[in-house]
Amino acid sequence: MPAWLAGPATRVALGFAVLSLLSAAFEAPDLFSRGGIGATLRFAAPILLAGLGALWAERSGVINIGLEGMMIAGTWFGAWAAWQWGAGAGLVAGVAAGMAFGLAHGILSVTFGVDQAISGLSLNLLAAGSTRFLSSIVFVGAPGGSITTSPPVPDFATVTLPGIEALLAPAEAAGIPIVSDAAAVGLGLLTDVSVLTLAAMALVPITWWILARTRLGLRIRAVGERPEAADSLGIRPWRYRFLALAVSGGLAGLGGVYLVTVASSLYREGQTAGRGFIGLATVIFGNWNPWSVTLGSLVFGFTDALRTRQELTVGVLLLGLGGLCALIAVRRALRRDWRGAVLLGVPAAATIAWFWFVRVVPGELVSFAPHLTTLLVLAFARQRLRPPAALGVPFRREGGT
Amino acid sequence: MTRARSAGLLLAAPLVAIALALAVAAVTLAITGADPAVVLRDALAYGLRPATLIAVANKAIPYYLAGIAAAVGFHLRLFNIGIDGQYRLAAFAAAVIGAAAALPAPLHVALIVAVAVAVGWGWAAIAGLLFVRRGVNVVISTIMLNVVATGLIAYLLSPLRLAQQAAGSNNVTTATIPESGWIPSLPVPGMDGSSGAVNGFVVVAALVGVAYWFVLHRTTIGFEVRAMGFSERAATVAGIRAPRLALLTMAASGAVAGLVGLPQLLGASHRFGLDFPAGLGFTGLSVAILGRNHPVGIAIGAFVWAFLERSAQVLDLAGISREVVTILQAVIVLSIVVAYELVRRVRSRQERRYVARVAEGVGA
Repeated sequence: MPAWLAGPATRVALGFAVLSLLSAAFEAPDLFSRGGIGATLRFAAPILLAGLGALWAERSGVINIGLEGMMIAGTWFGAWAAWQWGAGAGLVAGVAAGMAFGLAHGILSVTFGVDQAISGLSLNLLAAGSTRFLSSIVFVGAPGGSITTSPPVPDFATVTLPGIEALLAPAEAAGIPIVSDAAAVGLGLLTDVSVLTLAAMALVPITWWILARTRLGLRIRAVGERPEAADSLGIRPWRYRFLALAVSGGLAGLGGVYLVTVASSLYREGQTAGRGFIGLATVIFGNWNPWSVTLGSLVFGFTDALRTRQELTVGVLLLGLGGLCALIAVRRALRRDWRGAVLLGVPAAATIAWFWFVRVVPGELVSFAPHLTTLLVLAFARQRLRPPAALGVPFRREGGT
Repeated sequence: MTRARSAGLLLAAPLVAIALALAVAAVTLAITGADPAVVLRDALAYGLRPATLIAVANKAIPYYLAGIAAAVGFHLRLFNIGIDGQYRLAAFAAAVIGAAAALPAPLHVALIVAVAVAVGWGWAAIAGLLFVRRGVNVVISTIMLNVVATGLIAYLLSPLRLAQQAAGSNNVTTATIPESGWIPSLPVPGMDGSSGAVNGFVVVAALVGVAYWFVLHRTTIGFEVRAMGFSERAATVAGIRAPRLALLTMAASGAVAGLVGLPQLLGASHRFGLDFPAGLGFTGLSVAILGRNHPVGIAIGAFVWAFLERSAQVLDLAGISREVVTILQAVIVLSIVVAYELVRRVRSRQERRYVARVAEGVGA
């Protein structure tokens, strides 16, 4: 097989073709529908924003377990301000609230040297408690509001690539197995995309550029690797950790704003549903690199969007996954790697058997698909990871306890 | 002199924290337009009635168990956020098996407890194995496992599978455990009726606290855990195997977590339903932080926590959102960790000054 055929692009295309044929064969309608792809984008964006937030904090050497709380603050304040003064105000308020919590994490863990996990967890508690309290004052009694929900919130504008509809819509409607699905994917990615989604995507190269190519980024990374060395060169670790935490909180807050405005149209208690923590996981999975974090958040966003799909469609996806495992298991067996073959063969057989006998995946089980994926990816992904050297270590000057 | 001063410092931390938290609560109350002094007086008057205190004690039992479970992990800086999923899955399995079993009373209760402990142990061991073998951060893996546990319970707790529709309500529950699998309440002298009795599981909780202290301070494994907590490098050099210890600790934390739902299951509801209490894991973490991982401290923390929640019922009557208490709790935790950190710094400065003085004396 020529080298270019074995590349990742070919694999993706091949996997897409197989899944497309499977979904046609079992009449699972919405695996590659325009709506499903759009939903994947909408579910991936908040995880991406949380992931980028985690990346900023961790590159400066601070684990930000409080990300979830910062996201919660973003959802509440974003919804409140958007309801009062429009979407733009919601954006500002949500980001500011996230930043405020990020700075609080800085005061606790950088200034006072409190354990970063404890500080983050208590901030999560504070965010959940205070937003509920605020809801009880502000949202209760407002039209459509209650202690757990806000009144409806305005959305951001959406954009569509001009001409794409006319170009791809006929192919989408034609009903040709692979071609129609490809057209639907294209339409899902390029029509009715929220400007906030575009902003989230734009933040990936911006984050990469700042962290990898600017003096500021170099200093943040230095503080995350060797704070003593940075300090001896006159780069004050506190300052850069505070800055990174403010950005981190702001990004998480933006993720919260995204959840209330684009992914839904109101604030709901518990709306973040652990996405801050999934964001933390994408950073580990992505080896502290913004591009891989993006890939990870797309994977988790895809599994998160499964709950909007039909149960049969998830079953077909499971079948595809089982088939992939079976394929790799057979290759392992041919190379006489019996342990690997069994390790992959058993789940492959289990998933295929499930599909054969049960066919659908019930909604209760789909609800934790992104979380299970996170666990599996962290457990089985190749562990050539290199976290920042000073991650999680509070910095104190020698002799300053 | 120095000893008295350092003991005073140790007490200063919680007092400062509580004072700070009360100040924040007063400001919050004032913002909502209530008179903080009146609210505080009413809350205390309500909270200190005997019936309320018994209710507080009953509320504090699961908090205490969750606090011990969290403290077990804290010694190795393993943050078991998964207590929540561990106890709910454990209570669910125990409810299903307990309802299906027919045994004489002590054995029946023992079976239910054993199932709960085993399920909590096993569910936590997943996170422990992922950490030891694959280096997966415990905070992240246990949070994910919580969601998986919630989904599994939602799937199994359905009239199609292991549960039934409760008569006359929207609740879906497992079958009720036969009376041989209940534990009696302990009546309090001078009080009448069901509101005057303490949940019998308080005995088990107390035993768990004693066992926790004993294992930590009187056994080899407890010594290893404490050594590892003080200095990982020193402990490793001394031949203590960190991965094995981490796995053991995580699983032990889960085993204790498995007990958290049992006061409710054995002493009150006797079945697992949609209304089974959730979120006690986070309470446990806070309570363990408040109690500084000490069995008595955790008991005090659990009681304070339960007291705050119970006396908050007065706020509803006064037309104030009781969520003020959640803020109060978060502020207490935040200020107490800061206060302890400050005290630690002051003490270490004092110690260094003391050592310097002694060294000067020797030199001269």
